[in-house]
Amino acid sequence: MADLNAVRADNLVKDFGDFRAVDGIDLHVRQGEIFGVLGPNGAGKTTTLRMLATLLPIDDGHAEIFGVDVRREPHRIRQLVGVTGQYASVDEDLTARENLWLFARLQGLPGSRARTIAGDLLERFGLQEAADRPLSQFSGGMRRRLDLASSLITRPPLIFLDEPTTGLDPRTRGQMWDTIRELVTDGSTILLTTQYLDEADQLADRVAVIDRGRKVAEDTPDALKSQVGDSTLQLNLADGSDTALAANVVRRLLGEDPVLTPESGRMNVPLPDPDRAADVLIGLREAGLGISSVSVAKPTLDEVFLALTGHGADDESQMEAAR
Amino acid sequence: MTTTSTMTPATPGSRRIDPPAAVARTTPHSSVRETWVQTLAMAWRALKKMRRKPEQFFDVLIQPLLFTAMFAFIFGGAISGSVSDYLPVLIPGILAQTALTVCMATGVQLREDMDKGVFDRFKSLPIARIAPLAGPMIADLIRYGIASVLTLATGLAIGYRPGGGVLGSVGGIALTVFAGWSLAWIFTWLGTMARSAQSVQGISMMIMFPLTFLSNAFVPAETLPGWLEAFVKVNPVSHVVSAVRDLLNDGAVTAEVGWAVVGCAVVVAIFAPLAVRSYSRKM
Repeated sequence: MADLNAVRADNLVKDFGDFRAVDGIDLHVRQGEIFGVLGPNGAGKTTTLRMLATLLPIDDGHAEIFGVDVRREPHRIRQLVGVTGQYASVDEDLTARENLWLFARLQGLPGSRARTIAGDLLERFGLQEAADRPLSQFSGGMRRRLDLASSLITRPPLIFLDEPTTGLDPRTRGQMWDTIRELVTDGSTILLTTQYLDEADQLADRVAVIDRGRKVAEDTPDALKSQVGDSTLQLNLADGSDTALAANVVRRLLGEDPVLTPESGRMNVPLPDPDRAADVLIGLREAGLGISSVSVAKPTLDEVFLALTGHGADDESQMEAAR
Repeated sequence: MTTTSTMTPATPGSRRIDPPAAVARTTPHSSVRETWVQTLAMAWRALKKMRRKPEQFFDVLIQPLLFTAMFAFIFGGAISGSVSDYLPVLIPGILAQTALTVCMATGVQLREDMDKGVFDRFKSLPIARIAPLAGPMIADLIRYGIASVLTLATGLAIGYRPGGGVLGSVGGIALTVFAGWSLAWIFTWLGTMARSAQSVQGISMMIMFPLTFLSNAFVPAETLPGWLEAFVKVNPVSHVVSAVRDLLNDGAVTAEVGWAVVGCAVVVAIFAPLAVRSYSRKM
């Protein structure tokens, strides 16, 4: 029982008409870890999560949560999983306190206990001052916090977070990350989806990379990054139109293709060895190409994604339909 | 104080979460008692919304006043010879029509509500699937009550004197409320099926108009051509109208009243399970 998986999903499939949104995904999430599902818009992340949360029927494959069959016992699954959606699923017409009270009552807590829990959660999430204001006056970050608070009323052992920080400003995002880390210290297991590569890097113990309904990789963020190279040379060219010429220099010196962003004159060069950075800089000087800034960085998951799928993380919004 | 939220886990009684114990605590279904508590919680939500959006009450306030007076003065002379002779025919008819209009709104509002993010949460919670549907319908009993009482009050104001007295009037209103609540399950079912609130509105209109106007609500059935009379006689709304007339005008609990109650119960028995099934399938 001790090493029972929190989530064990094998060969999950979901079709929307002719479109196969999820095409045989396996996910094994261990107890007590933060597991990240990373992929671009429309890759099938949300669909996978919704199937596991009993919000969408599973077309094919098998899924268990703490050993309970998702297809056969949805009511039990709903008692084990707290779901926080991509769009805050709270009631716009009620106040924050009323929302929490309602969700607590719906889950069978007696009235007085529901009131206490609502008060505790409002305090924990820094919402006590706004507790009795209408939700229309709430910022995006406050809504998201209320949404997460609503998922924690019964302290479920597994928490699904579907793109928990999409659309939040950097400060609020950082707060959300801290909160998510705290949940794990309470003993919860977390399955989160994200299209922010740094988010998976920051939070997740292990990451599954999903592309077009399939899992293309699964490992720790560090192991995934080491597939791309040890570090990256990030260059901004003084003249953006020089990127093609600069790319040729890099190719000649290192035998590798740099990742280009011509609009901003930016170029990321994977380095097998940080020492080679100097070679690149000298090569550019000899070719007469000016540089406005330069830095050497550890690889990002962006580059991992490109290396794994052969295309960037954000050129696929045409497949949005997958909800 | 600004929004400095530290979010430290001040978890009350911070015991660590124990998954195997949580699994052991789960139940396969909501019990009847749990379902009732959940339904009441959803009714509470609907009541809160009603209080915050009083414009929802326009239909139950305006229609009884406007339609009762309008129909009485326009059709009274033509159909029954005088307004006061028409009122015993008209008031039960308007009651039925008002109840139908109100339950139409039930379906439209449910559809609108279901498009909101919060329904995702309702679905992800371990609650009986009937609770989100039945809850608002309990709250709607208030709307039926207001609409019926107002219709009767308007009637009284323009000269209607129910022969059934106070008891008959209470019985008539009770039957109207029950009929409205029962028929609302049809529109709730439509609400769970249709793609948008507008389509619910459209379909409901198509159902409501023939049901109310092709009934004995406003005219005696005997004055209609034979084929139409045949339809009017099987139309359930006609039975409700006749039953309400018996109660209001004669204070009599007739066989017609019995049939109306049975008919309503049959509607609930058919459409409540259909609505729950279609709701649990959706999304």
